[in-house]
Amino acid sequence: MTLHLKYDLSQTYKSVIEFVLKNLSIDYYLVNLNEIRLKEALDLAQKVELQEQLSLFNISIVDDQKLSLVQRVKLLINFYLEHKEVQTKNVSDYLSEELDYSYAYLSSLFSEATYSSIESFIILRRVEMAKDLLLKTDKSLTEIAFDLNYSSVAHLSSQFKKTTGLTPSAFQRIIQKRNSINPN
Amino acid sequence: MLQDRLRINLTDDDVDDRLFFEEAINDLKMNTELTTFCHGAELMEFLNANLANKPDLIFLDLNMPIMNGMECLQQIKSSPLLKDIVVAIYSTSSSEKDIEDTFIKGADIYLTKPSSFTELKNAIQRVLKMNWQYHTSSLNKENFLLRV
Repeated sequence: MTLHLKYDLSQTYKSVIEFVLKNLSIDYYLVNLNEIRLKEALDLAQKVELQEQLSLFNISIVDDQKLSLVQRVKLLINFYLEHKEVQTKNVSDYLSEELDYSYAYLSSLFSEATYSSIESFIILRRVEMAKDLLLKTDKSLTEIAFDLNYSSVAHLSSQFKKTTGLTPSAFQRIIQKRNSINPN
Repeated sequence: MLQDRLRINLTDDDVDDRLFFEEAINDLKMNTELTTFCHGAELMEFLNANLANKPDLIFLDLNMPIMNGMECLQQIKSSPLLKDIVVAIYSTSSSEKDIEDTFIKGADIYLTKPSSFTELKNAIQRVLKMNWQYHTSSLNKENFLLRV
């Protein structure tokens, strides 16, 4: 007998995380697929327990200290862009406060390691978020521009076009056509 | 997780275009390794023989003898073993229809061959930088479309 299964990897991942953390009664918040914020810090025993449970699903905890500074800058930028409440600060202050390095230092380190500036990474991330919203929600471009804190829909459109070479509507049309030819 | 060297293939039947491309990419001072092929069949043979050592990025001309770029693109994107490789179409055509067609068939990037060497250098640099970010920042590859 053959069974055909249908699944969405990121949903599967979210369910696994929920299953494990709820079992251990840990209050958490999923920042993105690679990062979880905990309401309260774990003691060592809890951390070991969590590590063991996650390893059953081949998921491991990366020691924060070992994450490169550049990787942490990227994760913080993701967090910043996804949380309007921290956006009262500008991003350079936010990064240097969180990481305790001057922005100038972070900025030159980042450019050296990634071939692009922090600013252009932020632009790229925001455009990525706009792409996601375009494909996964029914929101209009105006609503998306508002959600992502763009000053205007024209600003979003032009940044989108500058970054991807395509207009938001062309992008949406192409991906929809592509998915209708190759449904997963 | 991080690969610090981008492995790039270029497939183009025009010897001058191959040379320009090679020179441009060498000028960029990014950590890359370029292998070139003259037509699609040569590329496909290489890919299938080196499955354990796949390139990160393939630049593909559309009009080539023996096997053209469109056929290559379709073979790569329909192969479970190869479909994750980023494919950049590298063509003289700037027709909107060609561009959309290749995107719909799975191309990730469309680069119109520029007319000057400086423009070529800038265009390749833009493609590589963007590709680098997708490689190292766990961005969603399915949403990666770039038109240069």
